[in-house]
Amino acid sequence: MSRSYNPPTLTVPVGPDDWTEGPPDAPVTFVEYGDFECPHCGAMEPVLKELRRLAGPGMRFVFRHFPLTSSHPFAEVAAEAAGAQGAFWPMHDALLANQDALALPDLVDRAAALGLNARQVADDLTAHVYEPNVRDDFMSGVRSSVSGTPTFFISGGRYDGDYALDSLVRAVQKAGRAAR
Amino acid sequence: MSHPNTLLPVGTPAPDFTLRTTPDQTITLSELRGQPVALIFYPADWSPVCTDELAIFSQLQPEFERMNAQVLGISVDGVWCHTAFADARGVNFPLLADFEPKGAVARAFGVYRDQEGTSARASFVIDTDGVIAWNELSPVGINPGAGGVLQALEALAGARAAEKAG
Repeated sequence: MSRSYNPPTLTVPVGPDDWTEGPPDAPVTFVEYGDFECPHCGAMEPVLKELRRLAGPGMRFVFRHFPLTSSHPFAEVAAEAAGAQGAFWPMHDALLANQDALALPDLVDRAAALGLNARQVADDLTAHVYEPNVRDDFMSGVRSSVSGTPTFFISGGRYDGDYALDSLVRAVQKAGRAAR
Repeated sequence: MSHPNTLLPVGTPAPDFTLRTTPDQTITLSELRGQPVALIFYPADWSPVCTDELAIFSQLQPEFERMNAQVLGISVDGVWCHTAFADARGVNFPLLADFEPKGAVARAFGVYRDQEGTSARASFVIDTDGVIAWNELSPVGINPGAGGVLQALEALAGARAAEKAG
């Protein structure tokens, strides 16, 4: 028999290698597969910020890389390099807020502006140190049938609703009730 | 007359075909025997959903090469359209033109949609003996990603490895 289409679920659970924000025991885990170069991800970021603020400790936020716009992206590895210096989220925010400046020198400047060891970030980027991390995220997304960015999973189930804040808040609340 | 959404089932020998992939090159399915093949039917070049779908397959070429698998995209668009599209979007695997007679291969695989005049969005994984090992039909507006195809190819690779070992 032919199989029909089933909405996908998150096949690689959130683990210690993930970039997470919020309590590890939060009732709801919200995973974004995103691409720093994707304009939709940039446009979505203020909405997700507000969602995180409203959900408070009731939600853990996770970001995984799913670079589609460029096959050898620097922005993703720059975030990983910043993460190695304890600044993944500040770099994540800076990249999404400045999507028109993601060339190598821009990224190094950004690292310096965040007070990081910019030299180290530059070395990490040219040596491709963190590309395997980005690839792992990408492959985990492929296995969960992520097909574009941004794609969201709420408590392991893919979110197929619209991108309005209200809709996202309702979906997170529903997942929170189900977790009780 | 073929009916839409009647995918050729798993276990069926894949119908053979020869189609153009560039103005001066053709691909014949049976010549790929010995290699698993992923055949990705999509409705049209340039439409946004298709583009994302093919972008993922392009990114996955290293995995497919590791498994010695051949990925083929196929739509009713002509070779010139495919060439421009592949160049513009960095598609790094062959796109087949199911152009004349239009949609003949899509019909043979049971995925032609008469009303739209295009194929459905459907994927087949064909094993090394040319038999359909996996198939999936997606709603047209939904990009299925590449998870199913990847998993099916990995299952085939696993089975081949087990056969060799046994």
